[in-house]
Amino acid sequence: MKTEILNRLLLDQKAKRQVALLTHLETGAQSLVYPDETHGDLAVDAALQTVTLDAFRDDRSHIQATPNGDVFIQVFNPSLRMVVVGAVHIAQPLARMAAMAGWDVTIVDPRGSFASSDRFPGVHLINEWPDEALTELDLDRRTAVVTLTHDPKIDDPALQVAIRSDAFYIGSLGSRKTHAARLKRLKDAHFTDDEMARIHGPVGLSLGAVSPSEIAVSILAQVIQNLHQKEADEAA
Amino acid sequence: MVESDMTGSTPGEMSPLLNDDDVLNEAARWREEGRTVALATVVKTWGSSPRPVGSHLAIDQDRNFVGSVSGGCIEGAVIHEALEVMDDGKPRMLQYGVTHEMAWEVGLACGGQVNVYVEKID
Repeated sequence: MKTEILNRLLLDQKAKRQVALLTHLETGAQSLVYPDETHGDLAVDAALQTVTLDAFRDDRSHIQATPNGDVFIQVFNPSLRMVVVGAVHIAQPLARMAAMAGWDVTIVDPRGSFASSDRFPGVHLINEWPDEALTELDLDRRTAVVTLTHDPKIDDPALQVAIRSDAFYIGSLGSRKTHAARLKRLKDAHFTDDEMARIHGPVGLSLGAVSPSEIAVSILAQVIQNLHQKEADEAA
Repeated sequence: MVESDMTGSTPGEMSPLLNDDDVLNEAARWREEGRTVALATVVKTWGSSPRPVGSHLAIDQDRNFVGSVSGGCIEGAVIHEALEVMDDGKPRMLQYGVTHEMAWEVGLACGGQVNVYVEKID
């Protein structure tokens, strides 16, 4: 690998560009392949380009046999995203733990006193109403959404956007009673049972978690479980 | 290796060596310091193997390494091969498979098999 290719790859990752590194496993020739561009000394024909685009979509690195020999396609998609609605106490350990696990975390809370950089140093904060913020964030199939305020004014608009997005995981904090009331409100707003079934509530794996950190573990564990379940389903 | 500082830094930066892109960052930093560096990448797995396709291990000429291509089972052997790759500049494909648990050989006790591609960064 040329140092130039490595440095360019790292810049792409920093800029959150979708890129794949293609390596010819006999000659060592390499190219960086983007959705609309190629850079490097490995020739990439239309067929290989198509296979690479599929690999982006499936988020799956693999060896591809070609007429000229085996090529390893390594996909570097931008980090998985976690959008946390509610800059509450639990969000503090959750943001740190999720970042450790490689997630790109965004916290949305219209209340500026909650979503402050003092409380969340280094975390991407959005001080807007969640329906606007989540619409702008363009929730895709590599995004998880977790609502934590258990305030209907803030959580409900977020859930309404999330339910109709491609987000692979939606979780909502609150007791069984709170969750039942939430579902009733969504039903009154004409959401279907199938749509509402997408919400994990009460949020998190059942660990008997008590402290904010423990609850954060149970939420992150459930998000990861759903991520890999989704991958297994798609591979099947 | 950099010790991770859990208290004084922001979440995005607090654990510099946990993820695979961090291994690549470290490899690039080593190159900037003028070190000789090889990169090992898991390119194929069969059965139960501890690290997925795309996992990286970066090695320098003094056998410093970051990242992993297994749970520690084959790193020693990969580092040995990486030194050869640094010498002659030729990439290599390594294959490791199942070993008998009690044997003193290099392999994966978990019963899996991995192919690891090792290249020099030059």
